[in-house]
Amino acid sequence: MPLPKFEYLSPKSLEEALQLLADRGEGTHLLAGGTDLLVKMAHGHLKPRAVIALKQIDALGGIRFDPGKGLFIGATALLDEVASHPDVKAHFPSVAYAAQQTANVQIRNMGTLAGNLCNAAPSADNAPVLTAMGAEAVIAGPKGERRVALDRFFKGPGQTVIEPGEILTAVHVPVIPSGFGTSYQHVSPRGKVDIAAVCVGAMVGMDGATCKEARIVLGAVAPVPMRAEKTEALVRGKALTPEILEKAGRQASEEARPISDMRAGAEYRKRMTAVLTGRALKQAAEAAAN
Amino acid sequence: MKQLLTLRVNGITHELSIDPWRTLNEVLRDELNLTGTKLGCGSGDCGACTVLVDGRSVSSCLTLAASVDGKEIATVEGLAPSGEQLHPVQESFVENGAIQCGFCTAGMEMSAVYLLGRNNAPDEEQIRAGLSGNLCRCTGYNQIVEAVAAAAEKMKPS
Repeated sequence: MPLPKFEYLSPKSLEEALQLLADRGEGTHLLAGGTDLLVKMAHGHLKPRAVIALKQIDALGGIRFDPGKGLFIGATALLDEVASHPDVKAHFPSVAYAAQQTANVQIRNMGTLAGNLCNAAPSADNAPVLTAMGAEAVIAGPKGERRVALDRFFKGPGQTVIEPGEILTAVHVPVIPSGFGTSYQHVSPRGKVDIAAVCVGAMVGMDGATCKEARIVLGAVAPVPMRAEKTEALVRGKALTPEILEKAGRQASEEARPISDMRAGAEYRKRMTAVLTGRALKQAAEAAAN
Repeated sequence: MKQLLTLRVNGITHELSIDPWRTLNEVLRDELNLTGTKLGCGSGDCGACTVLVDGRSVSSCLTLAASVDGKEIATVEGLAPSGEQLHPVQESFVENGAIQCGFCTAGMEMSAVYLLGRNNAPDEEQIRAGLSGNLCRCTGYNQIVEAVAAAAEKMKPS
């Protein structure tokens, strides 16, 4: 279906983009990769008055790693750039893996990690592990910059804390502390290309065999990617034995609040939440040991 | 307001005046008459519209023409510019029976070219992953995977 008509703006600087966003007001949408925006427009769900393309703004591109400050993923950094970046692969392997597992080759060559978060699908591949790692959204607006941890970023399906007039400029991922490991696990009934039916991100801190800290985030089983706080409390201070992992899985599945839809039934999602939580904790603990 | 665009398509520069809501797929097919690139689902699922933009494979149905101003576009027509001598990927598709109805072929070939540009000796799993954004309703994929493996052999630097 042909796209609806709109005004196309392609600012060169963030200041110019913020100004255009303020001037054009309601009905103005930001375009990064376009892989969600254009689909919504093609399907008639969205009729923007104006579209502001972010790709020409150099400051929003690229991926920067600083051993002290962590990783900054620019708003227009492609999923494929995240997945194949040497520093991301070396220091944030689960971030690279989640990006690699998002959609298909062409979408990863167009779509951005920031866009995957801003689109705020409950199933967003990149949300669970980044949220578990304490990543934050860097948001620019008329009043300056603010940072919001991803566990407070999502408001509902398709909704985030980003206010009209604001632009997400980067995603900041803190350095993984020594003794901590991460994992991303997901399942989809139609293989890897499809949107996840359930996905789980975890970061655990280990002291020998004992789990001293855990953050577990479940995707596609609630209106937003959700922390499984009771599960985190359950594993904290315990050795991650097969019995504890099974208990943790059961607990996570109780915390999950999935719906049934065309991808999976709620009961299947609950069971897979248990399986994937166990796997994520195990893999994250193994990564912590290395 | 129409946008003035410069697109370099298969090495030829085109100056165009285009409505900003037109996709790259529409411009290639309707303005430049390059109908080798197909339009399938229109939502980035099927890969029939795959082209390369500055060397990256993308869905031309989800790409605004205005957003690729000044960029280098490669379409299936550019694989065999003479119209006679086929690209090794195309030769392999013919030789391996990888084409039935032909609708997915242009997109498959562009994805194969992109894959082989990044990995000149992919194994079967890597070929399948590389083509995972392209759907074929006829072949069952095996001949296509075989064709890409054969193309990799043909293209191996000697």
